[in-house]
Amino acid sequence: MTTILRNVRPYGEDAVDITWSDGVITEISPAGDPREDAAGAAVIDGHGAVVLPGLVDLHTHLREPGREDAETIASGSAAAALGGFTAVHAMANTTPVADTAGVVEMVWRRGVEAGYCDVHPVGAVTVGLQGERLAELGAMADSAARVRIFSDDGVCVSDPVLMRRALEYVKAFDGVIAQHAQDPRLTEGAQMNEGALSGVLGLRGWPAVAEESIIARDVLLAEHVGSRVHICHLSTSGSVDIVRWAKARGIDVSAEVTPHHLILTEDLARTYDPLFKVNPPLRRAEDVGAVRAGLADGTIDVVATDHAPHAREDKDCEWAAGAFGMLGLETALSVVIETMVLTGALDWRGVADRMSVRPAHIARLADQGRPLAVGEPATLVVVDPEATWQVDAARSPSRSANSPFAQRDMRGRVLHTVLRGRPTVIEGVLVSEGAGA
Amino acid sequence: MTAAHTPQGSRVLDADDISRVISRISHEILEHAQGAHDLTVLGIQTRGVPLAHRIAARMAEIEGVAVPVGSLDITMYRDDLSLRGARPLHATDVPVEGVDDRLVVLVDDVLFSGRTVRAALDALSDIGRPRVVQLAVLVDRGHRELPLRADYVGKNIPTSLDQSVRVRMRDLDGVDEVVVEG
Amino acid sequence: MNKHLLSAADLSRDDAVAILDTAAELSRVTDRAVKKLPTLRGRTVVNLFFEDSTRTRISFEAAAKRLSADVITFSAKGSSVSKGESLKDTALTLEAMGADAVIVRHGASGAPHRLAHSGWIDGVVVNAGDGTHEHPTQALLDAYTLRHHLAGGTGALEGRRVVIVGDVLHSRVARSNVLLLHTLGAEVTLVAPPTLMPVGVDTWPCTVSYDLDEALPGADAVMMLRVQAERMNAAYFPTSNEYSRRYGLDVRRAGLLAHDGIVLHPGPMNRGMEITAEVADGPRSVIVEQVTNGVHVRMAVLYLLLGAAEVDTAVAHEEAGE
Repeated sequence: MTTILRNVRPYGEDAVDITWSDGVITEISPAGDPREDAAGAAVIDGHGAVVLPGLVDLHTHLREPGREDAETIASGSAAAALGGFTAVHAMANTTPVADTAGVVEMVWRRGVEAGYCDVHPVGAVTVGLQGERLAELGAMADSAARVRIFSDDGVCVSDPVLMRRALEYVKAFDGVIAQHAQDPRLTEGAQMNEGALSGVLGLRGWPAVAEESIIARDVLLAEHVGSRVHICHLSTSGSVDIVRWAKARGIDVSAEVTPHHLILTEDLARTYDPLFKVNPPLRRAEDVGAVRAGLADGTIDVVATDHAPHAREDKDCEWAAGAFGMLGLETALSVVIETMVLTGALDWRGVADRMSVRPAHIARLADQGRPLAVGEPATLVVVDPEATWQVDAARSPSRSANSPFAQRDMRGRVLHTVLRGRPTVIEGVLVSEGAGA
Repeated sequence: MTAAHTPQGSRVLDADDISRVISRISHEILEHAQGAHDLTVLGIQTRGVPLAHRIAARMAEIEGVAVPVGSLDITMYRDDLSLRGARPLHATDVPVEGVDDRLVVLVDDVLFSGRTVRAALDALSDIGRPRVVQLAVLVDRGHRELPLRADYVGKNIPTSLDQSVRVRMRDLDGVDEVVVEG
Repeated sequence: MNKHLLSAADLSRDDAVAILDTAAELSRVTDRAVKKLPTLRGRTVVNLFFEDSTRTRISFEAAAKRLSADVITFSAKGSSVSKGESLKDTALTLEAMGADAVIVRHGASGAPHRLAHSGWIDGVVVNAGDGTHEHPTQALLDAYTLRHHLAGGTGALEGRRVVIVGDVLHSRVARSNVLLLHTLGAEVTLVAPPTLMPVGVDTWPCTVSYDLDEALPGADAVMMLRVQAERMNAAYFPTSNEYSRRYGLDVRRAGLLAHDGIVLHPGPMNRGMEITAEVADGPRSVIVEQVTNGVHVRMAVLYLLLGAAEVDTAVAHEEAGE
């Protein structure tokens, strides 16, 4: 079957028509070229919008198995498709923990069944995320899920010896350890960024040094054992400096920043509304500036959502009782457009690099993050950068509603998402019959 | 008695009128009480207070003995908190003789709905148990909402409900006068 | 005045003085036989105490009862609160009961703020101490006590120097006092070991010192904060003895105060830790008085907040003739 996507602008450049067949791009020609009117071809109107390779998220919490009331693999991956993602990485902190081949294969299979995007399970580094002994990393790597990213995200691999071993061990199958950098002792009971505001609000502080000291240690460990290391949700100005220093030194480190750390600041804690409680916490405006600069100059490799759905009762409460985390899949691209594209910090090729090409490379995904070119997979997203929209929990497939962006005008709307030639979203609407392919 | 029209309304009592009224009321109280031996005068905050002091002073001139005088703040006894909200409190000063078994004359500037007097009676009963309570007012403007009347009235002034009666006392306002506005 | 009293920062200078003035008038009611006023008859005041605090709870109860309000007390122990009922469900229950004011004590900073702004209840919310955040009525009663002794019981506290000593980091009393005393024109100095100072204390409207002997001379008042001995287990200071030596108030140090300087403590005291018995029971101590003043200040707060909250329309009703 042949499909023609008419009138789209690859990376925001000149308008073209893109034709694909059997999931592979067969032709890219200037928009309106009559030769493409192949009989029987399906036609999708691109409305002159921007087309990018499908987005890849390195950091997603889908909550299944264990907390299907908050999110499922199907509901979360549907939200991902609406946000323009064609691949997500499901974090291991489920119940049971994704620390065995059995659990990661189950997650992988559910993702395929849902069919909205590729769901790659992340394997736990340690058994039960307990930080005591290594999980069967090799078995997860060899499983049908072909796990390449391992993380205890939610907790830090704080034991330096265990971290060293993990970094070394995954070299055997080109894996990577994604570290949740948080010194546990420095952040006991922590509720928000530590600073003048936490002192005024009387909320226990989460100091920047608790993140930065772990990153510093881990880049040195990675250098010492010759491994690569990935830093999850980097959030402070100091962390950017350390990663920049490590890269200059030739250390094989990659780092991610979340959309919310690109736009929101700690001042939201003044509301005492746990909607704005997240880990790592929202930081100061100076940190927001530093992570934007780091993302722009490539020190920070990728934007990863840390999409963290929570049931209503876990947010409808006092701050201290509230769960950490916020939704991100459907709003990530809009936040990047607002903070990076409209400010001139990144062009569309830069967006494609940080949200598709580099995350696919870090995760070693062969058929994601590919260029928009003949012979490449027709895995792409069409986004109208001019459109504005508002978050509406009632219309989202996510089972949770903890978006920090409610009532806010979001910039840039995903029109179409296509996964290996098959549309998962058309005109902003989920293609449900496409599921299960 | 003059009824000068000012830009703000018509003056129904001037300083001399008020002086005469205070003198008359003082005489009436003493006559009725048959002397000042157990008399206490309590002014209702705020404009009842200077009035009470002047009545007490006048009685002292007439009788040659000091009459205990004090003030009563009825703010916490009002029944219109939900209509008018919290207001600043004023002092309640009860003379050392107290009020128990005495003839207490409450003094206010204007008698209108009667709710202030009702509140004053409640406030007074929380302080003690007078032998008799009487009420003296400078002006009675009618429109009672409670079954109350004054024992001593300076002047009856018929008003409509949309008018207001403004009493000014020289101690608080620099001038003695009563003006009907609106 | 704001609808709720969540933080001492909610109070302007005029608001604070109005509360203190009202409390001063109300204190005179205590001297007479009938101590009760009918002002809040028919209003329901709920004491919602998620944390045990007998003295604060009793103080608010006494205040509400003296104003003739109906008082309902929810204490954490033995109620649904201790069985895991959420703040939200408790709030919805109170709303269904028609609470006009909710006085909330909670271990989580910001819980009263959440209650006031979540839309779960309509009533007035008064913070009776939340986590390590604030305790505004404690600050008001401290200000009342200071004003009584240092400013003749009227006006504000311009130029008066107050030293607050102890576990500032974990103290809601310190936070509220710094804000309120600053609003009232006093000069506040915080004294504690650096480990017990909050990050960013340099941005607070006060001066900071690590040396009690340097801060005390000539001060008009010193307020000692409770220091829990368990803090030494978390390495905030080495031993109780060392703490007492460096930051405890003894007779010698109390003697450094101004001639008529006073000693306050929000209680409960750790005698021998932050304050010696001689000072706590000595002539400069106004600690017992603070408790009495607490009732008057809380009466004033309830009266002014409920009075303000219930005015539906700001009709400037003609005063004359009433």
